[in-house]
Amino acid sequence: MSIKKSPWIIHYDGSSCNGCDIEVLACLTPLYDIERFGIINVGNPKHADILLITGGVNQQNKTVIKNLYDQMAEPKAVVAIGACACTGHFFAECYNMLGGVDTVIPVDVFVPGCAARPEVIIDGVVKALAVLEKKQQEKVTA
Amino acid sequence: MFEDQEIVTIERSELISRAQKISKEGYRLVQIGCTKQSDHFQIDYTFDKEYRFYNLRLSIPLDHPTLPSISHLIMPAFLYENEMHDLFGIQVSDMILDYQGKFYNIAKKAPFATISAADTTTEKG
Amino acid sequence: MAKRTIVPFGPQHPVLPEPIHLDLVLEDEMVVDVLPSVGFIHRGLELLCQKKSFQDMVFVAERICGICSFIHGVGYCQGIEKVMNLDIPKRAQFLRVFWGELSRVHSHLLWLGLAADAIGFESLFMHSWRVREKVLAIFEETTGGRVIFGAAKVGGVRIDISQDKLDQLAIALDEIQKEYEPLAKVFLEDYTVQHRWSEVGYLSKEDAHQLGAVGPTARASGLPQDMRKLRYGAYEDLEVEPIVETAGDCYARCVVRVKEIYQSLDLMRRVIHKIPAGEIETKVTGFPQGEYFSRVEQPRGEVVYYVKGNGTKFLDRFRVRTPTFANIPPLLQMLKGCTLADVPAIVLSIDPCISCTER
Repeated sequence: MSIKKSPWIIHYDGSSCNGCDIEVLACLTPLYDIERFGIINVGNPKHADILLITGGVNQQNKTVIKNLYDQMAEPKAVVAIGACACTGHFFAECYNMLGGVDTVIPVDVFVPGCAARPEVIIDGVVKALAVLEKKQQEKVTA
Repeated sequence: MFEDQEIVTIERSELISRAQKISKEGYRLVQIGCTKQSDHFQIDYTFDKEYRFYNLRLSIPLDHPTLPSISHLIMPAFLYENEMHDLFGIQVSDMILDYQGKFYNIAKKAPFATISAADTTTEKG
Repeated sequence: MAKRTIVPFGPQHPVLPEPIHLDLVLEDEMVVDVLPSVGFIHRGLELLCQKKSFQDMVFVAERICGICSFIHGVGYCQGIEKVMNLDIPKRAQFLRVFWGELSRVHSHLLWLGLAADAIGFESLFMHSWRVREKVLAIFEETTGGRVIFGAAKVGGVRIDISQDKLDQLAIALDEIQKEYEPLAKVFLEDYTVQHRWSEVGYLSKEDAHQLGAVGPTARASGLPQDMRKLRYGAYEDLEVEPIVETAGDCYARCVVRVKEIYQSLDLMRRVIHKIPAGEIETKVTGFPQGEYFSRVEQPRGEVVYYVKGNGTKFLDRFRVRTPTFANIPPLLQMLKGCTLADVPAIVLSIDPCISCTER
């Protein structure tokens, strides 16, 4: 049994400007079509294996992100998409921003770019698959 | 081409009557904005009627700034007034919907009121 | 009287790519009151104007929102240019219109896709986004970026498009239109779409005006309001007639957007036809001193930028009032009296852009 063949993803928009969000959505649509790899975008965190987060963390959404992460079943992986999710980008200087996603939850893969391109996002998800696989094996042996 | 913009300075006490008059004339509220100046807050009430730009401007002191709400005359104003309260710490009285400072839920209280442009520009500029 | 229940909607919701939270007060299935709460994306970028120079602020303005990114940049630049009394070359202004209208096509196609997805019409969603990729391809060919491409700058634009390229683009636009036509036909004629949206989320003309609706939301309620009529930039030479529908429901808002895509494609063709040769930027010297409210039309409606310069490289104040912020009161009005199942469709019908709204 391998999650690798069909990982389900959930997308949450931290405090992104939408640029990365629409690129995540673009991955699902005909030109890039990640569904051909068995990847399905779901709305329920309990069904998801990989959490994609765009945008940085601010005061209000940090509990939302934490909740979403906690609701996901093990093994799980987190992919931070775009410069804001990685480090906060120039919004890190703003008074209401805490910084990148890793300030709240552990992040496995960082995807660079402003906005991150669909090719890079797909690459990031594929990298997350390896992480998932490793986590699953650890779980089995433990 | 740049549009002509009419900016009228009024007194704080005139606000309600002016807002009432202008909304009766069929103007639409475009925005309410606040700008921190060195010795006062500058409040802008922007209206529009058939592409005619009309702006009411008033100033209030930096210490304990208060404003009467116009949201019972012009409903959309409550969003801007709550925003002003959260960002600038201006107390707006009698809003139709008062978020009590929870509109943006920001970590810092009235961030726009504490940092002044003059401070940062002398530092860096 | 039925018992009242409060149902939370969002911030993480399958139909919304962005977080907004609504507390819906229900009586049985009927929404009687709505309390919006925002702030999930509030970054406070207006204050960055005290840390970034007025020229760098263009990049910040472009990242207010990734969908209407270019027009945000242009609106900001226009404000600064007026304050500094800069004369922008005609070619730059035409290029701004070209990318601006292309952004509108991309944004509306995006909305059509999301809206189709919200009513469960998945194949229509996929087709809308397939056509949208062709629009993004033009962005990429001409600027190198897909959604945020930084082509606007104070004093003009960064990149020129050669005449050969423009001629090729005219052909590409025709192709887009050819692929878009069958899609538009589905939105305009299909029974499912009409049935799902007709008489849902009604907003009267009076309410639209009173509550300050802007953009397609206002135009679908019969208000001929389009900031391009202010004839800023190259719109001085390109006449635009607002597209107006009178029904005021979700379907009318969809029809407005479907027709605006044709209008924008047409405008771009006129740009290619009329664009004069010459420089693409003027040299910027000195620092802005003075203030201006710059108003431009975005895919979602009127947006206002207030810039106030104090004669240094940092601005005193940069304020944005985005279209979705103005469309929240009309949205609350539309939601009252609808059923719970209609809420996602109505929320989407104003084309909410939350990262714009909260900045």
